[in-house]
Amino acid sequence: MSKKLLIILSLLVIASMMLAACKPAGSSKLKLAILAPLSGPVPTFGVSTRDGAQLAVDEWNAKGGVLGMQIEAIIADSQCTPEPAVNAANKVIDQDGVHYIIGEVCSKASIAISDIVEKKGVVQISPTSTNPQVTKNVDGSTKQYVFRACFTDDWQGGSAAKYALTKLNAKTAFVLFDQGNDYVRGLAEYFAKAFADQGGTVVGQEAYTAQDTDFSAILAKVGEQKPDILYVPDYYPAVNLIGNQAKEKGITAIMMGGDGWDSPQLDLKAVDGGYFSNHYAPDDPRAVVQTFIKNYKAKYGVIPDALAVLAYDATNMMLNAIKQVGKDDPAKVKDVLATGSFDSVSGLIKLDANHNPIKSAFIMHIKDGVIKLDTTLNP
Amino acid sequence: MDIQISPNKQSSWFSRALLKGYLGRGLLLLLGLLVAIRLGTELFHNPQLFVQQIVNGLQLGFVYALIALGYTMVYGIVRLINFAHGDVFMVGAFVSYFAVSRFRLHLWLNSVAPQLPNALTLLVGTISVILLSMFVCVLLGVTIERVAYKPLRDAPRIAALITAIGVSFFLEYFGALNFVFTPNFTTYQRPFEVTTWYIKNGIHRLPANTQPPSGSILFSNILVIIIITSIFLVTLLQFIVRRTKIGKAMRATSFDKPTARLMGIPVDTVISVTFAIGSALAGAGGVLYAIAFPQVFFWMGIIPGLKAFVAAVLGGIGSIPGALVGALIMGQAEALSAGYISTPMRDAIAFSLLIIVLLIRPTGIFGEPEREKA
Amino acid sequence: MKLKVDRSALGFFGIAITFYVITQTLISLGVLNDFWMTLLRFGAVLAMVSLGLNLIYGFNGQFSLGQYGFYAIGAYSAADVTYRWTQLHSASGLVVLLLGVAFTGLFFLGVGNLLKRLPRMDTLSAFGLYVIGTILAGLLAVLLGKLFIPPITKLLLFIPEAIAAQIVFLFAVLLAGVLTAEVAFLFGLPVLALGSDYFGIATLGLTIIVKVLLDNSDTMFGFQEMKGARGMVGIPQLSSWFWVFLFLMLMILIARNLLHSSYGRAIISVREDEIAAKSMGIDVTHYKTLTFIMGSTFAGLAGGIYAHINGFLHPDIFNFIKSFDPLIIVVFGGLGSITGTIAAAFGIYMVLEGVLRLILPQGFETWRYVIYPMLLLVMMLLRPKGLFGTFEVPFLRQLLPPPLRKSPGSLENDHKVISPVLPTSEGG
Repeated sequence: MSKKLLIILSLLVIASMMLAACKPAGSSKLKLAILAPLSGPVPTFGVSTRDGAQLAVDEWNAKGGVLGMQIEAIIADSQCTPEPAVNAANKVIDQDGVHYIIGEVCSKASIAISDIVEKKGVVQISPTSTNPQVTKNVDGSTKQYVFRACFTDDWQGGSAAKYALTKLNAKTAFVLFDQGNDYVRGLAEYFAKAFADQGGTVVGQEAYTAQDTDFSAILAKVGEQKPDILYVPDYYPAVNLIGNQAKEKGITAIMMGGDGWDSPQLDLKAVDGGYFSNHYAPDDPRAVVQTFIKNYKAKYGVIPDALAVLAYDATNMMLNAIKQVGKDDPAKVKDVLATGSFDSVSGLIKLDANHNPIKSAFIMHIKDGVIKLDTTLNP
Repeated sequence: MDIQISPNKQSSWFSRALLKGYLGRGLLLLLGLLVAIRLGTELFHNPQLFVQQIVNGLQLGFVYALIALGYTMVYGIVRLINFAHGDVFMVGAFVSYFAVSRFRLHLWLNSVAPQLPNALTLLVGTISVILLSMFVCVLLGVTIERVAYKPLRDAPRIAALITAIGVSFFLEYFGALNFVFTPNFTTYQRPFEVTTWYIKNGIHRLPANTQPPSGSILFSNILVIIIITSIFLVTLLQFIVRRTKIGKAMRATSFDKPTARLMGIPVDTVISVTFAIGSALAGAGGVLYAIAFPQVFFWMGIIPGLKAFVAAVLGGIGSIPGALVGALIMGQAEALSAGYISTPMRDAIAFSLLIIVLLIRPTGIFGEPEREKA
Repeated sequence: MKLKVDRSALGFFGIAITFYVITQTLISLGVLNDFWMTLLRFGAVLAMVSLGLNLIYGFNGQFSLGQYGFYAIGAYSAADVTYRWTQLHSASGLVVLLLGVAFTGLFFLGVGNLLKRLPRMDTLSAFGLYVIGTILAGLLAVLLGKLFIPPITKLLLFIPEAIAAQIVFLFAVLLAGVLTAEVAFLFGLPVLALGSDYFGIATLGLTIIVKVLLDNSDTMFGFQEMKGARGMVGIPQLSSWFWVFLFLMLMILIARNLLHSSYGRAIISVREDEIAAKSMGIDVTHYKTLTFIMGSTFAGLAGGIYAHINGFLHPDIFNFIKSFDPLIIVVFGGLGSITGTIAAAFGIYMVLEGVLRLILPQGFETWRYVIYPMLLLVMMLLRPKGLFGTFEVPFLRQLLPPPLRKSPGSLENDHKVISPVLPTSEGG
């Protein structure tokens, strides 16, 4: 009986492999893959990214698609983690025959995917990964097929530091970072360096891990130092916890952070009085911004966050480049992306030699449960 | 006396020293001494910070104690490591979240008798929320036991273990679905406001948005509530186990199940009651944990569950005072290593502590000696 | 009788080689794309780890949760060696690791001999002695390594790059295996004396400690290239299907030969009834240690190969939740059945990652983790012995009759009766 079972199982496995090996028939749709972390450590980021990109796809499709074809968005859950991201990327490239990927949100996942797309000649635009390593090889050269729609962490950290020193008159800062996250660490490092370079003093740096919920030991140290600024450039879950516990311990330092704060799940009471750098501001009066907000709200019922905006922008970038090339040719599309400039909701996107956009940063301020645009920092 | 088997001519005091096991115990002693010295210097340098870390450790320790009790009781009675326990904890936290934020349960007394002082309303409200979570967790725990564990009671133990793992995964990922708990990290709304006090020349209240004076030790009403609730529940548990008939039945069943059955004890019911009590405690622990660290998400039970499990083993799994002691030790180990070594290393240190304790006392601090020899 | 052995061996090897030829052809022709290729290789690596666990738990009855800790050790050490070679063009990792494991190994042998001649020392002291020695051996290796690194690097640079890479890769994986064996020996020494459940908990502790140490590998231990909790990238992807398949086959063979020998009978007897085995004169501790080391080495080798499949590593891959995977696979496939383990490993991985990803409509990918434990639960309730129970393909079949009592780990069997059943005339 068991021998039959063995045979049946092996046949099943081989059969499924055969099935999968059959390439799908060429379709008359242009396929675009969206790799977003729908589950995992930052699910709201994934949902926003998917929704923003989907809105762009729907708008293009309503106007007739691109290259005369309708666009098919293939969504895969990459969980902000390298291994599932790689599996998802392999699946969409090999199984679905996709040539263009919008993804991922998290730098570590984007870095993992970028190796694959470089090898296979697939164009990747990451909407929100800010770590410089996403577009750079280990030896420092720029990857050919990888681009991004957001500014990088050196600019983000640097402008935050400048803002703290000039506008907030801060002299001392304490930096907290998740040591397991390239994005957080990078931002923390750039901020600390810029802060020190421009005359401030970094009175302490403490590491924690992503699963930590109890920050009392770290905050005790922060309390001792009494810094002006507490820089926590992490995603909203950790920021919520740290903010709450800091307030409980009577830490009055101004909290600052990065674009990881931008989420409807950010606990505004916990970070009251804080500032964070972001890619866009909902109260930006530019027409393109307000139109986008109106459309997004009509379709999804909420105001878009920066991730939705950047996904929207990245998708538009990609589709515009494809339209400019005139055919489904990733090699040519990448060249157009490298040299073109695109007006977008988050500002003018013009890529530098490292495929990184030079864009403005928006400093947002949280007070009494409301997030407002405070300043726009131009490069 | 050992029989000298080998006529090997090593220098005699060397081999005698090795014989008597001085090397191993010596090394451990050295390690302990180093730790003590380190802690001593820290205490000397900055006594306030040291005491603060200990206070922080208490908060964690008591919450772990509530969870650890569930593990230890279930293991004591059916020799099963109930991996789903941490997820029952999670469900407790979520139930209280829904109760407070959607149904505003913590304010029910207000609608009945609005003239009562706020503090009393909140007190009653919070207790109601905790009771509700405990109740739901009891139902959940007993259901799991009946559906998943009971049919496997005579199957090899590993099958029950795998089933426990399966139930744990199922609870987590089912909870992650969008119509249940969602995969989001939801901010938990506390049923009452946090107030912080600081100790410096007496106990003073710390008003919001002010810095405490240097050299003061902070604690919040959350800590007080956690300690009071935990001690109350543990005492209640001890009372049940030591002074009631059902407690006696539980002890008997965990000592020798077949004989207990022969004595007319309804073993199945007793086991269900054990699961119920354990789950109730986990539910209470979940609420308290969520109040302390106001964020609920479907994975929140894994790490505290693991740490509570380690605490239970540390104290001697199957022993109720052991679970409490083990949990307090774990809480302190975590707080002190987070404070003086580094936060990312604290898990490694906690586990190394466990392994060292197991090496010295193979069944944990209060554990019963093993009946089967290695 | 001899003919029977030959026939089953022939059948086994025949099927294996055919399978390899088919899959390799499909890969070379590009029919089996990267997606399935990666899945196959991951599945095979998982099978290796599970096989190791089956040896330790299924055949020897020791409940170990440490496989993933050794998996991680093997992965990171092999990755470091090849990373240093391909990215930093230095044989430093190779040389230091080689010297390190060599010295430690010699030391272990020396001390082992010494201890055998001394009267019985308590395990804690012996353990202390070994640990001190290991640290000394490691330091010695680093110091001496500095001398040897330049000449070996130069030597390797002479050889054409592709071949040098393969050589370094092979050495890296094998040395990682040896390192894992030594760590397993060290760890097993004090811990195997604990009872079965506590042993499991201690090994779980090892897995967690290893993960935390790896998280801090760049901040606390100075291994910058490992990048600690951020994940190591840039590892050369040298684990071709050939290597993966080869190692898997080797492990199956080694396991089979081990279990077919007197060692194997001793190992199984320890599982069945330790006290009876002891009274038969079997050195229980020795066999437990042997099996533990062997099973953990399988995991270490698997780790070394795993690191070179995707080219990146992350300590989170080895977290303790995932460490239950091999346990689930082993129980699912059937404790004490090599065939079951291999089939379950491939089956579960391919289905979970491969088929479900294709079948389930988009957006329901999260459902697979709801379906998976439900299947597990159903399986456990209906057939706790596992899919294959104790069934084996003829080549792998043991010479002993299947266990008469319930499977290992059942404390309810304090009053068992050993009924005398003669071994059947099946098998060689």
